[in-house]
Amino acid sequence: MEEEDLSKVSGYVSTRGFRLAASTWRPLGARLDRVAGAVFILPAVVVILGFSIFPLLASLYVSVSRLSFNEGGVDLKFVGLDNYAKLIVGIDRVHLLGLAGPATPLSIAVLLAGYGLLAFALYRYVRSGDRTAVGMFGRVFVAVVAGGLLWLLVTTIMTSGRPGTLVVTMVYVGVDVTVQYLLALGLALLAVQHLPGRRFFRVVFLLPMMITPVGVAYLFRMLTDTDKGPLYPLWAHFGLTDVSWVTNPWGARLAVMIGDVWQWTPFIFIVLLAAIETLPHELVEAAVVDGANRLQVFWRITFPLILPATSTVVLIRLIEGFKIIDLPNVLTNGGPGTATESLTLHAYTIWRALDIGGSAAVAYILLILVTFIGVSYVNLFRRRVTAMT
Amino acid sequence: MSVMSVIRRRRRSVSTTSVSFPMMVASYVVLFAWTFVVLFPLYWLAITSLKTPLDVNNGPFYIPFRDFQPNLDSWHYIFVDLGPDTFRPYMNTVVVGLTSTTITVFLGAMAAYGLVRMRYRVSLGAIGSFAAGVVVAVVVMVAGAPWQVGAVAGFALFLLLLNTLARRSKRAVGNDDIAFWMISQRMLPPVAVVIPIYIFFQQLQLLDTWAALIIAYVASHLPIVVWLMRDYFQSIPVELEESAAIDGASPYRIFRSIVLPLSVPGLVATFLFVLVFAWNEYLIALFLTSANAQTLPLTVAAQNATRGPQWWYMSVLILIMIGPVIAMAIALERFIARGLLVGAVKG
Repeated sequence: MEEEDLSKVSGYVSTRGFRLAASTWRPLGARLDRVAGAVFILPAVVVILGFSIFPLLASLYVSVSRLSFNEGGVDLKFVGLDNYAKLIVGIDRVHLLGLAGPATPLSIAVLLAGYGLLAFALYRYVRSGDRTAVGMFGRVFVAVVAGGLLWLLVTTIMTSGRPGTLVVTMVYVGVDVTVQYLLALGLALLAVQHLPGRRFFRVVFLLPMMITPVGVAYLFRMLTDTDKGPLYPLWAHFGLTDVSWVTNPWGARLAVMIGDVWQWTPFIFIVLLAAIETLPHELVEAAVVDGANRLQVFWRITFPLILPATSTVVLIRLIEGFKIIDLPNVLTNGGPGTATESLTLHAYTIWRALDIGGSAAVAYILLILVTFIGVSYVNLFRRRVTAMT
Repeated sequence: MSVMSVIRRRRRSVSTTSVSFPMMVASYVVLFAWTFVVLFPLYWLAITSLKTPLDVNNGPFYIPFRDFQPNLDSWHYIFVDLGPDTFRPYMNTVVVGLTSTTITVFLGAMAAYGLVRMRYRVSLGAIGSFAAGVVVAVVVMVAGAPWQVGAVAGFALFLLLLNTLARRSKRAVGNDDIAFWMISQRMLPPVAVVIPIYIFFQQLQLLDTWAALIIAYVASHLPIVVWLMRDYFQSIPVELEESAAIDGASPYRIFRSIVLPLSVPGLVATFLFVLVFAWNEYLIALFLTSANAQTLPLTVAAQNATRGPQWWYMSVLILIMIGPVIAMAIALERFIARGLLVGAVKG
């Protein structure tokens, strides 16, 4: 509705708009106004397209070839889906997907609960009035893939099995984004109050984000050193100075996640802070006049109104989080074994071993995974949020 | 209800939103706790930069003068011995960071505004034509023809299809799809795209220049700007723009005189972290630059010598890297202040 009204005032844009404007003679200013929509968006589209399309296609092609270096250049040999097959069913399977252990009561319970939830969500959609064929297909597809990923997660983590890089990456992203969001929201709500010294907190809280990720990785390597790091007394107290924490897979993963939370909480913090600041002040005041308490103001006003910004920043962090590489690379070198390797680091290690095709295949698997999660997120969550406001 | 009582109620309501004492104490406890979490690693960096290698290796020393004798050897090494090898990357980082960020925020804000306030419909036929053109261009290039020929052939096919077949298709993608397409460009990990990007700039003969880094950073950070600015623009009351449009203001004027000033907090925040991204980017810089255009993150990583990381030099470099960004954050912080919109919506 609002869109319709606007299109009348600010010029309706379609691909046909150019032609119309060009064929009829008008003063230059009016013609420029007519194509305003195109003028606003085209520079960005051209830059993104020009820069992204070639790398995207090139690495897709590389992922289905074997690239070898010879004198004076490179040889590309088409090998079909070999690179992918190697990762999913071949020798690199354990590295990527992990090793499933025998089922335990816990893993069975979690699996059943997860599948029950998925089935229930589908059932609710079927019973709801506004289902469509496309929507149904999309949700079944999401449920099937999500079920598969859940199975992978549960059977490699909650049993005696070993998670592969795919699972480890998902754990990183899931834990990091959740913790970062909760921390950032809490801090933003506190920092937005009229407290003396709030400017100090705002600037200080941004600091971790400003350090180059490579630097943060080295910094945390310094801090987590059990022998020369600042936490030495703590390790000494528990008698852990000789056993480097890096020998424990979950300890190492935890260190990576702490580093990531430390660095990227500020990102979500500043976005939420700015979102809360741009809220119309009248709404809160009116609610307070009507007798709402803090909690009600938050749940009924602040939270829903910052949901669009929230959904954006969470999506960006999801996408960026999947590309985590510096921390596991510098901090633990992917170790112990491949316990802390993320997908990007996996791609990088294969790449260093000059298997460029295999590396591109890992990268494309990551791309497919992120696209799946991103599209599901946008369709199931973000669209609802933007429709609401 | 009289006007005066309304005013009085409004006054009182403002005072009730101010912070109560127990709440203030609790807030400070949490805020200072997180401040400690943030600052301690930085403190560690600062004292490490004042330690000798021996101090670092002999175990954790916490307090300068008491636990160890601080000295400026590392600072001296970075600024004097390395001298030009520190300042050149520094200069590169500053130029590339500021230029690319300014361009990105400008282009991104424009696109975001378009996506929020205008309606786009790109027919699937047009997209299909474009894809066909790209495929032809790639095939021609793989077949061994110079890239210019491929580009022209692809473009010609695109135009041809656009004016014939594409006009028949009715289905189209809208604003949300365009926005999602943009953000999806960030999903492929850099590891996968650095080699194509390297070849791309090699062909343009831009390797090891500022231009290459600026183009790469603008393109890769644009989606983030578009997404963040979209939300800020959405929160601006549309009535202001509507009334300006009725008064005869052009879309450009509305954008420049109404929308941009009102979204200063969003613009500043966005500028800050795009700057941070460009400032700190490592992998693309590693591939696209060698001696001339090298940026600081490479200098930091280069301190990981064969004998292990040289923490003391690394600390100095990290500290001088974040210095300017912190200064900028302090300078720009006041723009992210409350109430820029409040006056505007009241009338």
